[in-house]
Amino acid sequence: MASLKDLRSRIASVKSTRKITSAMKMVAASKLRRAQDAAEAARPYAERMGTMLGRLATAVGSNEGAPKLLAGTGKDDVHLLVVFTADRGLCGGFNASIVKAARLKAIALKGEGKTVKIICVGRKGSDALKREFGDNIVARYTGIEGKKGIDFSSATEVADKVLALYDEGEFDVCTIFYNKFVSAISQVATAQQLIPFAGEDVDGEEEATGSSAVYDYEPSEEAILADLLPRNVGVQIFGAMLESSASEHGARMSAMDNATRNAGDMIDRLSIQYNRSRQAQITNELIEIISGAEAL
Amino acid sequence: MTDTTVLELVSPSALLKSEPVEMVVVPGTDGNFGVLPKHSPMISTIRPGVIDIYAGGKVSERIFVAGGVAEVNPERCTILAEEAVPVADLKADEAQARLEAAEAALKSAETAHDKANAERALDIARAQIQALTN
Repeated sequence: MASLKDLRSRIASVKSTRKITSAMKMVAASKLRRAQDAAEAARPYAERMGTMLGRLATAVGSNEGAPKLLAGTGKDDVHLLVVFTADRGLCGGFNASIVKAARLKAIALKGEGKTVKIICVGRKGSDALKREFGDNIVARYTGIEGKKGIDFSSATEVADKVLALYDEGEFDVCTIFYNKFVSAISQVATAQQLIPFAGEDVDGEEEATGSSAVYDYEPSEEAILADLLPRNVGVQIFGAMLESSASEHGARMSAMDNATRNAGDMIDRLSIQYNRSRQAQITNELIEIISGAEAL
Repeated sequence: MTDTTVLELVSPSALLKSEPVEMVVVPGTDGNFGVLPKHSPMISTIRPGVIDIYAGGKVSERIFVAGGVAEVNPERCTILAEEAVPVADLKADEAQARLEAAEAALKSAETAHDKANAERALDIARAQIQALTN
């Protein structure tokens, strides 16, 4: 049975924990708003890039001269996984879910006898993966998110690395893993194929308006494609970074919200226990005094 | 009422402009081209240079872009720019510093990849200075 003093200090410590978690929650909430705005602002560019590329890809088709980034290397022996996580923990299942998705994929690929290479963006991902796949990690990046949010140049840095590896024939297929932001309480771990370009969305609506018109290309389809494809890699990576950062703050906000609520519950429980044992002690003392008096 | 075409200027971090304009002149890789309403559809890459937006027969706005792609169709002109700054906000000394940095990078570049990057930076800086002098 804990003494009154123990209970008092326990309550005090839970209270200060609650203060910390509620402060973290508020910080995460304000960062979330900024990150969400940034992620939404970046969407138009990525969307238009996607439709433009889709149109070009259908125009060039699978010609002999199609760029490698579009057509692929013709093999799929070596896979590169780019894993986007946070630099910090205390954000619920955010890091764990993305690491788990990447791990399963890596194990599946290894099972098929393929080589796996990994690029980790964010400290937590490389921490979690280095024990199992230490030899497979080819590069890691940390401190992506600066004071002013995420800069396009950090995405370019990662993209340059990916493209350089591809040019050297270091891998055949590149997949990125990131948490897609749905809402503050929901993030979906997403895997997306980056290289070769997967022309997903020249969808019906686009077909009706765009493709009926015949486009002129200046200088030529191939030249534009050669220029656009590497750029698209950068844009996709940038988009993934933004989504991932918005998700991180969302996940941290809800995790800290839960923690704050749990701390409140715990304080209530401990206070009841404290009051009860104080009452019991007083009763005990009274009984002792009374029985002492009666014995005289 | 004059006809207008919608100009959309998008950079990776934001939708910078989406508004009807009378005419816009875009610095394409194969030379400048003007876009009027009902322009035939085309896609072109952009070299570093200045986009001129016309209103009432005169240039109303000049925006510097560091390269990108433009997609034109009869209703709109979409420009995906890597970097876009109004010419009025460009600073001569910053452009000069950029030029010098690019020249230094070109000199010290060893791999073909670095060299290509430095040359691109040099083109951008030169175009900025040219935009300022005109």
